[in-house]
Amino acid sequence: MSYASHVLTHLRKDLRLEWRARDSINGMLFFTLLVVVVFALAFDPTAFPSLARQISGGLLWVALLFASMTALNQSWSRELRNNVLDAHRLSPAPASAFFVGKALANFLFVTLVEVVLAPVFAVFYNLHPLGQTSLLLVILPLGTWALVCNGTFFSALSLRTRNRELLLPLVLFPISMPALLAMIQATTNVLTGEFEPALWLKVLFTYDIIFTTACVLLFQTILNSD
Amino acid sequence: MNETRKYSASLPAWAILWLALTLAVLAFGFYQAMTAPTEATMGNLYRVFFWHFPHTILSFVFPYLNCAASLLYLVWRAHNPERALAADAFAVASAELTVLYASVGLATGMLWGRAAWGIWWTWDARLTTYLLLWLLYVSYVLLRRFAGPGQTAVLSAVLAVFAAIDIPICYMSIRWWRTQHPAPVFGSSDGYIDPVMYRAVLWNVAAWAMWGAFALGMRYALERRRQQQIAAAAHEFMAAPEAA
Repeated sequence: MSYASHVLTHLRKDLRLEWRARDSINGMLFFTLLVVVVFALAFDPTAFPSLARQISGGLLWVALLFASMTALNQSWSRELRNNVLDAHRLSPAPASAFFVGKALANFLFVTLVEVVLAPVFAVFYNLHPLGQTSLLLVILPLGTWALVCNGTFFSALSLRTRNRELLLPLVLFPISMPALLAMIQATTNVLTGEFEPALWLKVLFTYDIIFTTACVLLFQTILNSD
Repeated sequence: MNETRKYSASLPAWAILWLALTLAVLAFGFYQAMTAPTEATMGNLYRVFFWHFPHTILSFVFPYLNCAASLLYLVWRAHNPERALAADAFAVASAELTVLYASVGLATGMLWGRAAWGIWWTWDARLTTYLLLWLLYVSYVLLRRFAGPGQTAVLSAVLAVFAAIDIPICYMSIRWWRTQHPAPVFGSSDGYIDPVMYRAVLWNVAAWAMWGAFALGMRYALERRRQQQIAAAAHEFMAAPEAA
């Protein structure tokens, strides 16, 4: 089997598991919606449209970040039941294909949440973006991959630690700071239309490439860590 | 248990000598800092700089040591476990010293900022990057606490590599961020050091570098001893008749 077909097999398995239970997606959708509502309590987005434009890029990413945390914590603990993870470690398939399949599955879940909730967000916050909205079609996937790739990696890293659900955000957030900065700035630039988001797209793209490489190279070490 | 008894409780003579020398240089550095000429605009307030500067500079040195030790650990892990454990002990020592020195750097910087600018904190490029450095190594120390005994070294070595990759990206992206929206209180040029103050600065850098080396060595020895105690306990357990 080629590397790509290993990745596809893992991806199909994760998608099928999610399709049968739909736990992660439903959880993330509702969680993000709740965060959107809670932030609306903190300030009145309809009364201050320019303030809404300035901060809702950040709010959207914070909501997605928290929501993806809930899905990421689940994604590997599934493999612990019936010692499935040990079976994966014994299999001759490349370990990184396992990781890439899982990361792609998580990427699709979070993207689905964005597709559903971005319009809801725009409606609830009464957003009228002043920049080039089509750029969001690049910013959202790049930002999501930055979160999900590292998130999948660190959730595998914290899988067998004490308090793994607490540990994941503690190690993931500091590492993701540059990516968060870039995705929030790029989204805000699109919404306010004050600056071109080109620089932040480059930062995001570079971050994605560098950290995807690091994750793929180091995943084997993590999987066989004990 | 016999394994652990070969360590004496006291420090070796050269370590005591080093400590004595360090304390002497620290005292002399303090004397130099207190007797340096008063600064023109800030008065005596600026003297906190003599502690802020060495700690900040040195807190940029320890992460390199941590990254190097973590990489060595990952390389040696497969075929030389004993040397790999030594690298891991060095990695934990340097990470904890990073947190310690960066905390002192942040605290002294805030004291200075409150007195000189009237605010404790500002989201200036340097301050933000420095805070992120601190956050990264605090998360490293936390991971070491949370990880299971058998895998602490591997997981934290991987995180150290990620942190080392992250720092330059952080540094550049925050610079770009703050040049796009310049902060009003603090430009990127913070003047220069008057030549007469150089001596005090250099003595203090030397003193805190010596102190850092001493603390690093102590922490390394402590971690090695802990590792050997665990190994000895494991041997004893394996040798006990009930274990068979």
